[in-house]
Amino acid sequence: MLAIKEYQTVADIAGPLMLVEMVDQAKYGHIVDIELGDGSIRHGQILQVENDKVLVQVFEGTNGIDVNRSTVRFLARPLEFGLSPDILGRVFTGLGLPNDDGPAIIPDKRLDINGKPINPYARDYPNEFIQTGISTIDGLNPIVRGQKLPVFSGSGLPHDNITAQLARQATVLGKGQAFAVVFAAMGITFEAAQFFIDDLHDTGAIERAVMFINLANDPAIERIATPRFALTAAEYLAYDLDMHVLVILNDMTNYCEALREISAARKEVPGRRGYPGYLYTDLATVYERAGRIKGKKGSITMVPVLTMPEDDKTHPVPDLTGYITEGQIILSRPLHRQGVAPPVDCLPSLSRLKDKGIGEGKTREDHADLYNQLYAAYARGKECQELATIMGEAALSDEDHKYMKFANEFEDRYVSQDYYENRSVEETLNLGWELLSMFENVELKRIDIKLIEKYMPKFRKDKPAAEKKEPGSEQQGPKKAEEPADKSGAEPEKPATAEQPEQQEGSEDSEPSKQQAETEPPEQPKESDQPEAEDDAKSDDNQKGTD
Amino acid sequence: MKVLIMDEAKTGRIVKVAGPVVVAEGMAGARMYDVVRVGALNLIGEIVELHGDRASIQVYEDTSGIGPGEPVVDTRAPLSVELGPGLIESIYDGIQRPLDSLVEAEGEFMSRGSAMPGLNREKKWKFKPTVNDGARVEPGDIIGEVQETKLLVHKILVPPEVRGTIQKISEGDYTVEETVAVCVTEDGTEHPLTLMQKWPVRNPRPIAKRFAPNQGLVTGQRVIDTFFPLTKGGTACVPGPFGTGKTVVQHQLAKWVDADVVVYVGCGERGNEMTDVLTEFPELKDPRSGEPLMQRSVLIANTSNMPVAAREASVYTGITIAEYFRDMGLVVALMADSTSRWAEAMREISTRLEEMPAEEGYPAYLAARIAAFYERAGRVKCAGNPEREGALSIIGAVSPPGGDLSDSVVQATLHVVKVFWSLKGELAYQRHFPAIDWLTSYSFYKQYLKEFFEDKEKGLEMQAMNVEAMRLLEQESELLEIVRLVGAEALSPQDRVSLETARSIREDFLHQNAFHEIDTYTSMEKQYEMLKTVLHFHKQALAAVQSGVETAEIFKLPVREEIARAKYVPQEQVAAVAKVRDTIDEQIKQLQSSAVSQR
Repeated sequence: MLAIKEYQTVADIAGPLMLVEMVDQAKYGHIVDIELGDGSIRHGQILQVENDKVLVQVFEGTNGIDVNRSTVRFLARPLEFGLSPDILGRVFTGLGLPNDDGPAIIPDKRLDINGKPINPYARDYPNEFIQTGISTIDGLNPIVRGQKLPVFSGSGLPHDNITAQLARQATVLGKGQAFAVVFAAMGITFEAAQFFIDDLHDTGAIERAVMFINLANDPAIERIATPRFALTAAEYLAYDLDMHVLVILNDMTNYCEALREISAARKEVPGRRGYPGYLYTDLATVYERAGRIKGKKGSITMVPVLTMPEDDKTHPVPDLTGYITEGQIILSRPLHRQGVAPPVDCLPSLSRLKDKGIGEGKTREDHADLYNQLYAAYARGKECQELATIMGEAALSDEDHKYMKFANEFEDRYVSQDYYENRSVEETLNLGWELLSMFENVELKRIDIKLIEKYMPKFRKDKPAAEKKEPGSEQQGPKKAEEPADKSGAEPEKPATAEQPEQQEGSEDSEPSKQQAETEPPEQPKESDQPEAEDDAKSDDNQKGTD
Repeated sequence: MKVLIMDEAKTGRIVKVAGPVVVAEGMAGARMYDVVRVGALNLIGEIVELHGDRASIQVYEDTSGIGPGEPVVDTRAPLSVELGPGLIESIYDGIQRPLDSLVEAEGEFMSRGSAMPGLNREKKWKFKPTVNDGARVEPGDIIGEVQETKLLVHKILVPPEVRGTIQKISEGDYTVEETVAVCVTEDGTEHPLTLMQKWPVRNPRPIAKRFAPNQGLVTGQRVIDTFFPLTKGGTACVPGPFGTGKTVVQHQLAKWVDADVVVYVGCGERGNEMTDVLTEFPELKDPRSGEPLMQRSVLIANTSNMPVAAREASVYTGITIAEYFRDMGLVVALMADSTSRWAEAMREISTRLEEMPAEEGYPAYLAARIAAFYERAGRVKCAGNPEREGALSIIGAVSPPGGDLSDSVVQATLHVVKVFWSLKGELAYQRHFPAIDWLTSYSFYKQYLKEFFEDKEKGLEMQAMNVEAMRLLEQESELLEIVRLVGAEALSPQDRVSLETARSIREDFLHQNAFHEIDTYTSMEKQYEMLKTVLHFHKQALAAVQSGVETAEIFKLPVREEIARAKYVPQEQVAAVAKVRDTIDEQIKQLQSSAVSQR
């Protein structure tokens, strides 16, 4: 171990950087304490050493530091965090110092906050479903233990409510394992941080939480260290104490801005929008600390939050994040305006690991087919909504109307829920079936017919009776009533009329659905069109013929 | 020859540390790209700049805790990889340290300064000579073989620069370091030959001659094989924004490509993705041999959080291993995911070296490095005897910021590659996978499509169908424009048929589900039948329209369901796809006759 040395040889101070001269034995990455003339202490880290010149970044900023009276103490160790089980329930500053009224932590072990990369061979594949109680996540973009799934938000969108809800509700089905939340606030407002802390207090989850708070008025450079402290705590909880840790990093955009500030001060060649060229690598060293390790019980699941400037997904911060994380949850401003809460924009949201965590034995056998179908129907419905705004509702075909109605209901009932409503995955799945029950079986092309037969009937209960009143009429209703009977008997396979595949899948294509409806008018029942109703009957015959 | 201070370990001392770049003094005599051991922790680095006795070194490991005054030891050797039996089924980091052994030796997290050899030193391999004592050998000659896995016979080659007479060659079990034969050169020097040889990663391995890459490399992916084919020895790139399925395309190719050896380089990408490959490959069966795919794969994983300089080296490590297998006369495919991360690593090193930047901070030599990398692909006559042909194809993923194709890395790559699979965000959002955009992608190897079939006739037919299908897709984009402007009513029945066929091509042919048991791989034979069926329907539909049948009637023929389901027909029942055409004829005929009778 190297001795601690003190120097009074500060040569230059510029922005957050300080140059110290005539230093012996300085090591790259080690930390320093800076004692100002008035006796106060600041912290810094060595960014570069050249011979006896040392470049230090000062976490608390260089305000008030002078060249003559400052003493720099080289501590000869990297930035470390002292860990013990007592960190649970505590609040720290962005630099890992206790920030509540509690006592100092007596560490069991001290770890370098930069951690070490996990050997890819030692990783265990994330495949345990986490129930969050939020339908748009559980149903459409399921998250699994060890995943990193960011929330792409914007200024004024309720990402705080969503992360609080996640922290409150996330559980793994049927398992009573130790669970912890690590929350790192980087440059967010007092209100936002307090909202989160209060929420944890109310639910009692605060006992199982570790918080690192760097508020908007705290030193910006400190933010570079904050997520690393949080992740060091998370790794300790996960791999030493066998806990399942949910890490929430809010807000990564502020973190990147701090990084940019340092880079600019060092006069580095800037990349896009002034962010340093190594932003990707730097973000990766944060995000890639999520995961599971073979043979270890604990896991680290990460939900970074970032605000996209101008809701622009191609801005470097969301862009590079998207390249590293396993999907993204995107919030939508229009939905928020409509009062949908949480306003999750389902179509561009994605969980890359969803297929690994669902299905029989994990959630339910129908999960995958169901979300594919909901997705397809909603995508189609969204198009119809847009079409209706451009051309007026009158321009929509009946079928388009139906899809639009579905999209509206989907947003009102499935997407929208209360921030305090905790839906079980069962409830979410059933709600999906209920919404889909407005379609005929034959339109549900993405779901295995066996699953439809198993899960759908109870959601159709009242319908056949009502619709049998007008058999053979041109309404959509009767068809619905006929289909189930037809299919279950004659067609063991997934039923679809010849043109229906196109119709259905066409919904995902960019072509306006109006055109689809018109290039192939006869394939769907239309109440207004007499000849087409006939066609309809014929197409049914054809089906039977081929099967 | 002048005797210098050869092979004496030079030791300098560090004067500067800035991130992954370290500057050392007292390095006179060191050579560019020599590997050095840096500091008390013995980190591995490589000399990238020399100024007098000052050397700039890029360090392959995290440099925290390193400071001026610490020693730097020159190893007098360039960065090399070990080539020999044991490569297959391995997983390495960017500088060929075996990650599986590292977990055992040092735990789940990467520690620094470890020096684990690339090839297992203990394992014995059964060596069978193919030449006898007294044989005259030249560099690249095959002297024997080792059955490395069920799928791969590992040929033992005479290392480059060794020629002479073989002596003391004998069959038996050897480790990679034990001498299996001795080669006596003309001046009487004895070169012991082992199963292993070393090669510096930044130099291409020697070959005898290069050929045009004109033989098809089947991937089982319909949009690739039929529309934008790749060939043995060809180069391709897959750019696209995040979430468009670059990695899935790369994984699909790694799984199904018709190559003897696959080298997969995960360069600066997600850790969990490599885990996915590691868990999936041993379970997947090669469609041709039925053996686990892992038995032909070498994995290189330098994930995004591993040191950036090793990321720079990882693609070179990968391609050198790939070239070595090519030299055995094998067909090799290398996947690099993603080359953008490689370029970024170059940029980071360049910035730390304070070089003058070109576009977007990338070094001015970016394009040259990318070109040189892709030029290591090719179909070649291998050096040495017996005469044999090998091929190395490179498929590089590119991750342009914001999906912007004007990015320097994309542009530099497009200059050199012959196949461009352009992934499009919109297609991915519609869940059309693989999201390869048929209008902007291209392949210069299309001209060789006919060679994909043994049957010349079929090959020519396929080529003609390719042209027709592409024409329909082009037409579709024009027609859709009209529909958007004036509505679908404006279209003639013929145009409606074209529109419908284009949709059928997209949905029934181009769309392919990587996670469906059968759909994940389609043989050339089946692709031919499928496309022929789709186009046959088009032809018949046009004929029907001619004879007065309503387009609406045609579009709801039940046979279209069969066309759509053709992708799920197992390989053994390909004939069933051909039969669909008879059903088409039948049902169209019925329509025609009823149309006539109505009149």
